[in-house]
Amino acid sequence: MSRKHNKLEAINLDAYYGDFHALKGINIAMEEKNVTAFIGPSGCGKSTFLRTFNRMNDYIDGFRTEGDILLDGKDIYTKEVRVDELRKEVGMVFQKPNPFPKTIFENVVYGLKIQGISKKAVLEEAAEKSLKRAALWNEVKDNLNKSALALSGGQQQRLCIARALAISPSVLLMDEPASALDPLSTAKIEELIYELKNDYTIVIVTHNMQQAGRVSDNTAFFYMGELVEYSKTKTMFTSPQDTRTQNYITGRFG
Amino acid sequence: MTNSEKNRLKDKAFQVFGVFCTFIGLVVLAVFLFDIILEGARRIDWDFLVSLPSRRAARAGILTAWVGTLWILVLTTIIAFPLGVAAGVYLEEYARKSKMANFLEINIANLAGVPSIIYGLLGLEIFVRQMNLGGSLLAGALTLSLLILPIIIVTTREAIKSVPRSVRDGSYALGASKWQTVWNQVLPASFGGILTGIILALSRAVGEAAPLIVIGALAYVPFTPSSPLDEFTVLPIQIFNWTSRPQAEFQTNAAAAIIVLLIITFMLNGIAVYLRNRQQKKIKW
Repeated sequence: MSRKHNKLEAINLDAYYGDFHALKGINIAMEEKNVTAFIGPSGCGKSTFLRTFNRMNDYIDGFRTEGDILLDGKDIYTKEVRVDELRKEVGMVFQKPNPFPKTIFENVVYGLKIQGISKKAVLEEAAEKSLKRAALWNEVKDNLNKSALALSGGQQQRLCIARALAISPSVLLMDEPASALDPLSTAKIEELIYELKNDYTIVIVTHNMQQAGRVSDNTAFFYMGELVEYSKTKTMFTSPQDTRTQNYITGRFG
Repeated sequence: MTNSEKNRLKDKAFQVFGVFCTFIGLVVLAVFLFDIILEGARRIDWDFLVSLPSRRAARAGILTAWVGTLWILVLTTIIAFPLGVAAGVYLEEYARKSKMANFLEINIANLAGVPSIIYGLLGLEIFVRQMNLGGSLLAGALTLSLLILPIIIVTTREAIKSVPRSVRDGSYALGASKWQTVWNQVLPASFGGILTGIILALSRAVGEAAPLIVIGALAYVPFTPSSPLDEFTVLPIQIFNWTSRPQAEFQTNAAAAIIVLLIITFMLNGIAVYLRNRQQKKIKW
């Protein structure tokens, strides 16, 4: 098997909210079709970092970055990059399920519709494919015109995953996707992540150490805006190099 | 008397006082309504609704007045709705936090407090004189649009604000532009609230006489307007005119016209409440 190429990279990345130095000199490279977990205590910058990959921080007043973020080797913070094109390539799932107050069908095809695709057959096919991919199809196939808000929390989150998959991204960013869900729904999401990594590069922020251990190939530990340690998940959890990492994963703080 | 008995007595006393305060407004309104209905209800019949105004009280009707009011309602909606909503969307979604945005915001809040007669003077100068519209329906509707714009802008912003950040994030994350997000997500989700605000603003406009008198709307218009450039009268002006007559018959006419005006206002408010409740049931974040 040929060596996987680096899907996402950060080179000397600094990020600021106004005067606050949120990310400090981050260097990291993530291979394609891998799951990388970002762990660290609240406020350590892991969510901020995650959001630099689809430029979701752009809307925050006073936010700026220095250094490079690369997708397939190309800097995504240059003027030529169109944010909407970038986000077709880099999908995102949020902490709290955030379905639109519309039908299940409308939720899944929203990303396609705003690209100007309106053929019913195309949309229906895409909806079925994405819902199947997100392991939700069997539960909702007879109720596609029901309001998405009527689904359970776990179903809503899988709907949000389906919605992200519908526009065929190659990267999926997940910001604590299971933290608002019950254990059963969480297990389903984790199973899904395991399935999806065959086709997608996945980055997941999590507060749950066991979750990081279960779903990820590599883990990055952040502390106070720094990337303290980045290695194979197994290595990280069995023999962490830095004492801060060790203290965090053994539950001494966080 | 023990301390605890004293406290209970105070508690009771305040309850009674509170009930009194609550009812005082309602009682005044009820007395007023009762008085008006007693005076005017028997005067309302088909003829009253479809007759032109007349110098003889018994033959006078409110046809021109309520038709004028309807015209004004429709024209004002057409003018104020898009302007107010667009301004609200701009201020809430687009305007960056800057000195300019702050300045705009403060002044819109101020505008909502400007007495309506000042808007009348503004309308007289701009629409009637500069734009040569005369005392026409269009001039009246433009003037009332100015009057209710601040209300629509403020309620639009409130409605838009109630759409959670997470819905916008979801839309942006799928590659939607700001405009697509506003148009496809924010506006549909806040439409009930916006509509409620507009209807309440309109029900205020329907009751205004002062600014329209200033721009020259007439009490005596012997025809129903057939285009926005025609002269007109509205119910509040007709009422104002009748109440200023000495004859008792005209007072009866005024009372009857007030009932019609109140029915229109209550209907508008009723629709607003209905829409708000429906929206609240449909979307629970």
